[in-house]
Amino acid sequence: MHQEMSTMQFTAQTGKAKDSVPDSLEMLNSWPEDRIRELVLQATISDVERALQRDNLSAQDFAALLSPSAAENLEDMARVSNRLTRQHFGRTISLYAPIYLSNVCTSDCIYCGYAIRSGMTGQRRTLTDSEIHTECRALAAHGFQSVLLLTGDAPKVASIEYLAKAVSIAREHFVSVSVEVYALDAEGYERLVHEGLEGVTLYMETYHRETYAKVHLTGRKTDFPYRLEAVERAGRAGTRRLGIGALLGLYDWRIDGFLTAMHAKYLQKKCWQSAVSVSFPRLLHAPHRYDVEKLPTDREFVQLILAMRLFLPEVGFSLSTRERPELRDRLISLGVTHMSAGSSTRPGGYASCGDQTLSQFEIEDRRSPKEVVEAIRSAGYDPIWKDFDHCFHDA
Amino acid sequence: MNDELVIAGRSFRSRLMVGTGKFPSAEALRNALVASKAEIVTVALRRADFSKPGSDSILSVLDPATYLILPNTSGARTAAEAVRLARMARAAGLEPWVKLELTPEPKYLLPDPIETLLAAETLVKEGFVVLPYIQADPVLAKRLEEIGTATVMPLGAPIGSNRGLKTGEMVRIIIEQSNVPVVVDAGLGAPSHAAEAMELGADAVLVNTALADANDHAAMAKAFSLGVESGRLAYLAGLGPVRQSAKASSPLTGFLGGS
Repeated sequence: MHQEMSTMQFTAQTGKAKDSVPDSLEMLNSWPEDRIRELVLQATISDVERALQRDNLSAQDFAALLSPSAAENLEDMARVSNRLTRQHFGRTISLYAPIYLSNVCTSDCIYCGYAIRSGMTGQRRTLTDSEIHTECRALAAHGFQSVLLLTGDAPKVASIEYLAKAVSIAREHFVSVSVEVYALDAEGYERLVHEGLEGVTLYMETYHRETYAKVHLTGRKTDFPYRLEAVERAGRAGTRRLGIGALLGLYDWRIDGFLTAMHAKYLQKKCWQSAVSVSFPRLLHAPHRYDVEKLPTDREFVQLILAMRLFLPEVGFSLSTRERPELRDRLISLGVTHMSAGSSTRPGGYASCGDQTLSQFEIEDRRSPKEVVEAIRSAGYDPIWKDFDHCFHDA
Repeated sequence: MNDELVIAGRSFRSRLMVGTGKFPSAEALRNALVASKAEIVTVALRRADFSKPGSDSILSVLDPATYLILPNTSGARTAAEAVRLARMARAAGLEPWVKLELTPEPKYLLPDPIETLLAAETLVKEGFVVLPYIQADPVLAKRLEEIGTATVMPLGAPIGSNRGLKTGEMVRIIIEQSNVPVVVDAGLGAPSHAAEAMELGADAVLVNTALADANDHAAMAKAFSLGVESGRLAYLAGLGPVRQSAKASSPLTGFLGGS
């Protein structure tokens, strides 16, 4: 009882006991890098084997699976990952496609093709309402029912009003609409949910604050806590799907992978009505000015996905067309649950505009949606287009 | 022996209901359904695409002449959402049957008793045959029965967990007290789990993940069908009481001799 009381505090204003649940920054600060490194580096083969036997893995078990010791045990991890993914998601892969609405950006993130000083040439543009319709129609014709709307960080160009309109247009064409845009305030997310938004994806890029400061030079994105807390604001606003991820290559994948998973666990408790999902974007292509020094190898990349699956069995894992077809096809049975297909990373890339428009990054998997569907079926999995319904929105 | 399952005045020979999610292909689903001998098949409305039933990997397999298609509201977080889904299914031409699944938390997909009760009230009034998925809560089961639901469907364990009849004690009380069929839903991972529920007196069971995740879908479906049948027969035959030790012949009163 005494211990229970010590975790509660009284708020003077309401006189009610307020649960002292940590906020996301406190949660992050409770995992100093040295501590994670110690757990990872000290893990032995027997720690890995113990983790493989467990049902509910502790953070320590998870660290063991990220360790160099576990790298020798990928096949066993793959077997468990395959079993857990099948149990929770069946042999299915959900398909989605990104729609880039705008490539105008006021931030300067040195790894990104959209950055204001990326040195990339190519037109900057923001789709008009009718161009958004055109893009939607082109994608819907392939069978997509789930889309992710993206912009750069330019609230004056892609304002909340603009995003709200875009969501409502996309809803005319698709069952499920999510956004991956700059961090919004609570009202912003509420506005988009009101228009029928289902999900918010927002990558922290890196959870390592020093690196974060080094790669985000100007703009609103330099505010680390504001971005970190954005996903939670989205959850509180009623967003059903919350997608997070670290851009693999910015910092040590083991540290960022570990903290991504802690963030996911944290969100599951805090936003208990939202489904948390994790993406694994690997920084395979960056503008010339940025040298990617910490890119995980294929083997390390797979180890991360497998370890995450064992730690987060019920969490959806997304894989984009950044990765090459051969690897994507293999990952179908190793823990991935959501895949994009036939993607374009430039505004108007499906139908509205020419190829002079600036794209965010090069894609590796250039297969058509139909070809990706065939690959999914060949792997013995059922491609899912629809996993939501208009009925979930207000009448 | 005529031992049919009767729900809302409609008779079924099979006491195994099958869920249609998570299968790797339409073919795998079809094989499982045929081998299961199921007559009631549940479909998640969030997954089904009624605008393209021919190309939908679930709807394309389900012949309404063979199966009673029981739409479910999985993913609904509120009564209002579930009610809208049920109405949509009826408007799409399905019979007015609905499996209420109000699962606001996506991790364990456990049912929300309050929203379930509210949705059931509305839908029963609108003439739906309502089969609610519930926690194994005997009082909630009675409340739903009083509202007029056609069954109650307590969970054996969290959906997809394959953990078996973890809620057995509460399910036993629900069965004892219920005036409507009790269908044990969720968590049954092996035919022996299904048999156990039926031996306990459940009227039917619903299985999905265990079939979808099997290497041989048809064989597993048949195994479950036999498990259900076997458990039902044992229940009807009357199982003997469970004893802690062998029953010795009257060591204390034997001296009295025969009567």
